[in-house]
Amino acid sequence: MADTGFLPKEKIKEFLEALSKDTVVYVPTKEGETAAFKVYSPDAEICLDRPANIPPKSVIYPQCETLLSFEYKKTDPDDPKKMAVEVRAETNYPKAVIFGCRPCDAKGFAIYDRVFLDTDTADPYYREHREKTTIISLACEAPFAGCFCVAVGGGPADTAGSDVLMTEVDKGYYLEALTEKGRAALSVPVIEDGASYKAAAEKIKTEARAKVKNPFPADATEKVSPKLFDTDEFWQQVTNKCVSCGACTYLCPTCYCFNITDEQALSKGERIRTWDACMFRHFTLEASGHNPRPTKSRRFRNRVGHKFSYYPEKYNGAIACCGCGRCIRYCPVSVDISEVVGYLKDPKQDPATWVATNTKAVKDGSL
Amino acid sequence: MTDNCTCNNGKNPYLPEIATVTRIIEETPNIRSFQVVFNDAEKMKNFTFEPGQVGQLSVFGVGESTFVINSPPTRMEYLQVSVMKAGEVTAALHNIYEGDQIGVRAPLGNWFPYNDMKGKNILFIGGGIGLAPLRTLILYMLDNRADYKDITIIYGARTPPDLCYKDDIKEWESRSDVNLILTVDVEFPGWEKRIGFVPTVLKEVAPKPDNTIAITCGPPIMIKFVLEGLAGLKFPEENIVTTLEARMKCGIGICGRCNMGHKYICKDGPVFTLAQLNELPEI
Repeated sequence: MADTGFLPKEKIKEFLEALSKDTVVYVPTKEGETAAFKVYSPDAEICLDRPANIPPKSVIYPQCETLLSFEYKKTDPDDPKKMAVEVRAETNYPKAVIFGCRPCDAKGFAIYDRVFLDTDTADPYYREHREKTTIISLACEAPFAGCFCVAVGGGPADTAGSDVLMTEVDKGYYLEALTEKGRAALSVPVIEDGASYKAAAEKIKTEARAKVKNPFPADATEKVSPKLFDTDEFWQQVTNKCVSCGACTYLCPTCYCFNITDEQALSKGERIRTWDACMFRHFTLEASGHNPRPTKSRRFRNRVGHKFSYYPEKYNGAIACCGCGRCIRYCPVSVDISEVVGYLKDPKQDPATWVATNTKAVKDGSL
Repeated sequence: MTDNCTCNNGKNPYLPEIATVTRIIEETPNIRSFQVVFNDAEKMKNFTFEPGQVGQLSVFGVGESTFVINSPPTRMEYLQVSVMKAGEVTAALHNIYEGDQIGVRAPLGNWFPYNDMKGKNILFIGGGIGLAPLRTLILYMLDNRADYKDITIIYGARTPPDLCYKDDIKEWESRSDVNLILTVDVEFPGWEKRIGFVPTVLKEVAPKPDNTIAITCGPPIMIKFVLEGLAGLKFPEENIVTTLEARMKCGIGICGRCNMGHKYICKDGPVFTLAQLNELPEI
């Protein structure tokens, strides 16, 4: 099995057809203005010239997923009141390929791996999806609006989470296998020898990295300043315009908070896990009416804290943000997390000065 | 089921064990205790937990909620949980009968550091259903009475009918090796003991902090003033222990509801010392 390869542009569909023989292949597919990961079909309009609007996280971590099914049964014909409940969990997921996601999207899965697998209570559903999915990422030649992958420890050709990294070169894509699964994907006969494209690909990757903007220092040791983090007025100010729609969390390749609910019809039902969002008021609302995160500023503080402070504290400094920029690009009111983190990571930032300056700007109408 | 399925082999943290409710006790007008036994006798025999650990109870079709196991590990004929009717799952639990089947995922979370408490005076301060997590430790300590010095329990509820575990209270009152102080918020016909909120009674009783561990649980507002009261009595932060609660779904530190900074109440807690809590951001 080869470590590198070359996929000519005109053979993309042939490659995807070959992979589709024994796997479900997800490709970024354009439908109107929106690109999302859909099961490959020959007439699909494949979108490789920009990152998909919606990341491929649902392939490995479905938006809605059955954890178990249950059934109530009568156990005694002579006593209709006697009931037993049977519970079973089943996973039999098909093999899958994610083709053409970006390195930031793949890095999202590396960030999930620590949460779902690097624990004494590993998640069997996530594990099976993850093990059965091959991720073929496409390196970015240049950043898109809102991108800041380098600042969070990634990059336009980062390999974390990917099985294959593709780099667009003249007339095709240079492919590098990063894992066993990746090498297997490159053994498809459509893939040509890639050795002669290596140098060109390396040059493109290096140049791309230099083009990415850093809204805050990329140094992973640069911690969030606790003084500003603990200032309520700061969070109130930066979330003033937030409408708590949750788009940032649903489009985020690193957000994984979930809900578990039961659905039942007659005697049978299922327990289902669904994506949830920490930006929603009812997320932490308790039955008593008490809500420990009662305001959107408190909820946003937890969201930013989780990605840039709590997760790094737990996992050796790794940041739980891949810098894909979707939450910035698609926020209906333009809340910019990179700007917020920029304030928090600025060691010279003084909370009192920040609050005074920004409160004045609001009053003057200049913010 | 397929051969490669790894989700049914006992390593699936989301899969509950089926248990039968063997006895239901009406503790107060809105709190019931449920004694449950796993259907699998072998599992019941091998089940172990530590005082203070919690479990997720399932009413299949309605959902799951987190409750502390309030029977002690020294009495393993059944596991007991107490449920205050408040939301959907708790209402469904109040609708079940003895003999009905529920799901249990347990044990989850950490526990009271009872070994470190040996040879010390123990001060329990509970309010309402907040006595539940204290009960498991109180019974554990009474079952190992020689290991601990003075045991004082300050317990209060709104009215006398709102006091939980009335049988236990009777027994504790009759024991010479337990100092039980009961209080209710307001006057009530026939009530001749103390009247006043738990934090106020704590100030009146003014227990000494020397060689004493204080363990408290109750409604958030009570905990807040009890912590202040203990600070006033010069209890060091590391000798003040509490057990917390939040909305929980997964119970294994993933789903994102109950974290205080990087610590999850369901997995790293629910038991924390005040010293530990002071190091963490608010939830």
